[in-house]
This record gives sequence, structure tokens and C-alpha cells, in this order.
Amino acid sequence: MPFLERAVSLRLQARNLACERDDRWLFRELDLDIRTGEIVRVEGPNGSGKTTLLKILSGQLADYEGDLFWDDRPMRDARESFLTNLLYLGHAPGVKAALTPLENLTWYQAIAGQPRDEAARYAALEDVGLAGFEDLPAGQLSAGQQRRVALARLVLTPRPLWVLDEPFTAIDRDGVNALEQRLVDHARQGGCVLVTTHHELTPCAELRRIRLGGGGLDDGN
Amino acid sequence: MWAFIHKLGSPKWFYGISARLQPWFWVAALILIVVGSIWGLAFAPADYQQGNSFRIIYVHVPAAFLAQSIFVSMAVSAVIFMVWKIKIADMAAAVMAPLGAAMTFVALFSGAVWGVPTWGTWWMWDARLTSMLILLFLYLGVIALRGAFTSRDSASRAASVLAMVGVINIPIIKYSVDWWYTLHQPATFTITSRPTMPMEMWLPLLIMVLGFYSFFIALTLMRTRSEILRREANKRWVRELAGEAN
Amino acid sequence: MTGTDGTLTGKAMTLTSGEPHGGLTVAFWATLKRDLVLLLRRRSEVMNPLVFFAIVITLFPIGISPDPQLLAAIAPGLLWVAALLAALLSLDSLFRADYDDGSLEQLLLTPQPLALLALAKVAVHWLLTGLPLALMAPLLGIMLALPAGSYAVLAVSLALGSASLSLIGAIGAALTVGLSRGGVLLSLLVLPLYIPVLIFGAGAVQAAILGDGVMAHLAILGALLALALILAPLAIAASLRISING
Repeated sequence: MPFLERAVSLRLQARNLACERDDRWLFRELDLDIRTGEIVRVEGPNGSGKTTLLKILSGQLADYEGDLFWDDRPMRDARESFLTNLLYLGHAPGVKAALTPLENLTWYQAIAGQPRDEAARYAALEDVGLAGFEDLPAGQLSAGQQRRVALARLVLTPRPLWVLDEPFTAIDRDGVNALEQRLVDHARQGGCVLVTTHHELTPCAELRRIRLGGGGLDDGN
Repeated sequence: MWAFIHKLGSPKWFYGISARLQPWFWVAALILIVVGSIWGLAFAPADYQQGNSFRIIYVHVPAAFLAQSIFVSMAVSAVIFMVWKIKIADMAAAVMAPLGAAMTFVALFSGAVWGVPTWGTWWMWDARLTSMLILLFLYLGVIALRGAFTSRDSASRAASVLAMVGVINIPIIKYSVDWWYTLHQPATFTITSRPTMPMEMWLPLLIMVLGFYSFFIALTLMRTRSEILRREANKRWVRELAGEAN
Repeated sequence: MTGTDGTLTGKAMTLTSGEPHGGLTVAFWATLKRDLVLLLRRRSEVMNPLVFFAIVITLFPIGISPDPQLLAAIAPGLLWVAALLAALLSLDSLFRADYDDGSLEQLLLTPQPLALLALAKVAVHWLLTGLPLALMAPLLGIMLALPAGSYAVLAVSLALGSASLSLIGAIGAALTVGLSRGGVLLSLLVLPLYIPVLIFGAGAVQAAILGDGVMAHLAILGALLALALILAPLAIAASLRISING
């Protein structure tokens, strides 16, 4: 089974995490333990710090209190190993409008340290339903299609830890179902997913929820 | 050692210790500046070339010294903040920037006033004045950058980076400007680079410089204290302090 | 969901078990190439600084005097200042598009050193701004009656100097990319830091006109570039990490 060999060590932990923005605690005393095979959905009203939490957990924000651990090592020491295992999709799709989907993926393949592989790029685009759109400038695609270009990276660059901020934005219903299935498959294969979304995920064994908001936290397992 | 650094970094501890240190620096500043001014303005001999107008040196030189030193201390604070994440260092850096800009302005203004009897004009592109002007722009950049961010943490870190970049550039700028000046205006009279200065002129200058430094330290302590209260207004110890005051 | 599971495993294992293959060189060239393609697809952005350069140079004879002798005397400085401003003009967009469309976050999350990937972006800025400006400057030099014998030095000094300008300017661009109105602030931060480059760049052209040796100037410009090459990428990387926080 995929990732199984890694299953023991795939673990992202946060201890006593707190983040303050403009003299207001977004969250505090937050303990997280995210392991192989889980889909963790971060929930909370607007402004409750979901995106901030995801950015902290993906190593982008340094403005927090508490400790992060990757594979039981402090994040500070494990940063490189962490980054080679992480795939982060943010609010903005990170797709260049002037480049074609294929060219966008070329760059992502290169900065991820993957070998050039055109067939893989075509396959990834086909997988997200963009066959036939490979050579059109991404700016001419719809918002949903641009999001799909970003989602193609999930196929193109296999990484065990996915951190996805509102990945369902602008995606049509078929795409939503396919993506949801993709998340479940990823978890079942030994990966893990950390996701924020307004879309209601179908309950399954892998799904776990974390609720933010009101300055406090109730871990609704 | 580490415990000490972190104790030093605790705003509460700093707030306490600075309260005790502050009066000493105020007193030292007052005495030194009063003594230096009276000595420099009334008792030091007049300059054989410039007459009494040279006495502006007792304001110009200390201000220019301080203007540069404050930038360096600001950059050192920035490094401490960035490396050890000690917030008090950033608070100090934040209050130092306007102070440094003000000192730079004083140096520029006194230089301009000095220019009237010396060169017969308010402004000459003298090497020192030009460097001072550029320094003022550097200060204004740091202040503007800090003010431009909505998140305080980002503002602090951005201003810190800029202060570090600036402090690396200050000597480069200074040497290039000196070089540029000698190229364009060879061998004219510069206001402060004097080969020898008699003791009775030099000593009051030293006292003034020390007085300005004490003033700077006292003012920085004072303003850092109010910055602490502003930033830590939510913390329990500040609330308790406010409760006591009421 | 097609069954890509088999390949998925294989790749994941190689990725997690060792160094990312291809690594830094591949990522560097891919970023360089991507940015080149992006800019070449929007040529107006490449042309704007050049047109700006030409217009500003046109303003001077109109604003001052068409007298060739007068123009020749100030031509080195004018050309350098105008080129510097033109290079500054295009800096604001250096990281802005990446910031807006989210690819900057992705750049920050690669396992590769950010400083070097940022260097690739700066290199593109120089290739499509600094270098064309340097090549165009002799043409404008003719219009300002720049004395013969200094044209090559003008182009070389600008090519060398503008690389430093791109590097230093990128620090400012990185610091202000998260701000909605960073443009004017960027100039305020960056221009004082440009002064040493301006002094030695314009000085080189001046020296060429006077028939003095220019190697010393060019050597110093080279030294400034070396220093900027070492230090600026680190400052750019640190600044980008701050700016992404908002």
C-alpha cells in the first residue's frame, strides 16, 4: 500500500499553539496531532483564523506561540524534510494567467524537484478534466478551470501531507465529488489531509473535525 | 546567560529596571549639557578663523554623532529582535527611529545655520551635510515602512530588515560621498575636519557629546516604557499596574 | 479517480527518502525561464522603462537649455539618474504579480533555498530592464551631446551598476509587496541606497570624458555588485517571508 512504510513517522503535531492578531487571540492553547490516514477539516466562522492556522501549520507564518513538530522533531530542525513532504494549495490558485496550464505545471514540477516529465503533466491535466485545454493561456480559462490547474498538482506531485485552503472554491459539482473522493483515497493510501472548506464533506471514517472560533477551542472529535 | 537574556527581554522586568535607571540618565544629561553649553558658549576661546560662529560645533557635532549612533543602535536592536525574538528590542528600535531622525535634522539644521557665516549660504553640498541628508532619508524610510503595515509583527520585522540593510550601507554611502566630494570640490574649507583642536575647545565638546548620549538613553528608556504599556495593554501585569494607579 | 496509485507510491518514496533530484539548478533555471516567458508575453512592461528613460532625457534640454555645451557637461549625471529612475519604475511589479496570484506562497514553500530562486527573478529583471537601458543609453547620449570616448564606458557602467540596482531594489520590492500602495514607499526605501552606485557609475562616465582611467570606478562598481550579490538575496528572502504574512 502506498505510503505505508512511512505511516509510522508521518505526523504533524502542534503543542499549545496560539496566535494573536491585532490584540485579539485567534486561537490559543491549541493542541493538534495529525497522523497518517486522516482528513482533518478545520472549521469555524469567517475570521476565526482557519487560513492563519493553515499557514502556520504549513510553515509560512512565524508569528505564533507554541511548538510545531514534524516526525517528532521540532519544525525548526525538520523544515526541509517537512517541505519535501508538503503540498500546499492556498486561497489563490497560484496559476499564471499568461502561461498555459502545461507551462504552469512545468514550473511546479521543477520547483518541487521533480524530473521533467511531459507525459505526467498531460496525465495530471487529464485527471482533473482539463484534457484539450493544455495549451490555452490559463487567463482564458474559467475560475473553476484555473482552480483545476492548481488541483492537478495533487496528481502531478505526490506528497503525503496535503494542506488545502478552500480547495472546492469555484469547482462544479462533479469536480467537487471527484476531489472529495481524491481526499479520501489519499488518506486511505497513507497520506493525510488538512483542509478548510465551506463545502460539507461526506462523513467517513477518516474525517476528523477541528473547530476554531470564539477565541477558544472545542476539539469535536 | 540565557536566563539573563530572557529576563532582560521580559517587558515587565525592563519596565521595572528602566524606572530606576531613567532618573540617573536624566540628571547626567542635564548636568553635562548645561556645563558643556556654558563652557563651550561662554568660556572656550573663539576660533582664529571663524570667530565665535564656530561655537555651533557644540550642537552640530554631538547631534551628528548621535544621529549615526542611533542608527547603529537601532540596527543592533533589530538584529536582537530578529535573532532572539526579543520584543523589547523591537520596541526600543521603534522609538529610536523618530529620535534618530530628529537628531539628524538638528545636525542638518545646525550645519545650515553654520553655513551662513562660513560659506555665506544656507546650503552647500558639503560631504558631511550630504551624508547627513541621506541618513535622514534612511530614517524616514524606516519610519514610513513601519507605519505602512497593518500587522504589527510584520511591521517590526520589515523595519528590522531595512535597518540592517541600511546599517550595512551607511559606511558605503559615507565613503562614496566623501570620495565624490573631494572629486568635485577639491580642497575647500570643510567645517569640522580640523587637524588640531586645542584642549579648551575640545573638552567642552566631549562633555556635550556625553550629555547628548545621556539624553538619548534617558529619552529612549522613557519612550520604550510607554511603548511597552501601549503594546502590552492586554497583559495582566499592565492591568494590575493601571489598577494600582486608579 | 484513475488508478495512478502505483506511480504515486514510487515517486513519493524517492521524494521522501532523499534529496529532491534535479534540485536547485533545475528550479533556478525553471524560475528564470518562467519569468522571461511571462515578461516577453507582455512586452509593454518591458518597453515602459525604456520609453520612460527616453522621455525623461527629452525633458532636460526642454527644461534647462538646448545648449550642447551645457548639456554635455551634465549628460553623464542626467543619463545615470534617468536610467536609475527607469529601473526603479519597473521594480514594483517584480514580486507583485506572484504575490497576487499565489505563486509567491508556492515559491516560499519549495525545499529549495528561497534566496537563490529570488535571485533568478532579479536576474530576469536585470536582463529585461537594466541591460536594455544600458544598451539604449549611448543613443540618448548622442542627443545630450555626450563627448566622444565615453559611450562605451556609459554602457558598461550602466550594465554593471544596474545589476546592483536590481538587487538592492528587489529588497525594497520584497518589503513592500504585501502593501496595497507600496510604489512611492518603495522609492523612498530604495533611492538612498542607490547613491553609492550612482556616484561611481556617473563618476566613471565623467572620468572617461576627462580622459582619466575608468578602471578604478568600474572595479568599485564590480565590488558593489559582488557585495550586493552576496547579501541582497538573503535580505530579499527574509523580506518575502515577512511580506507573505501581510
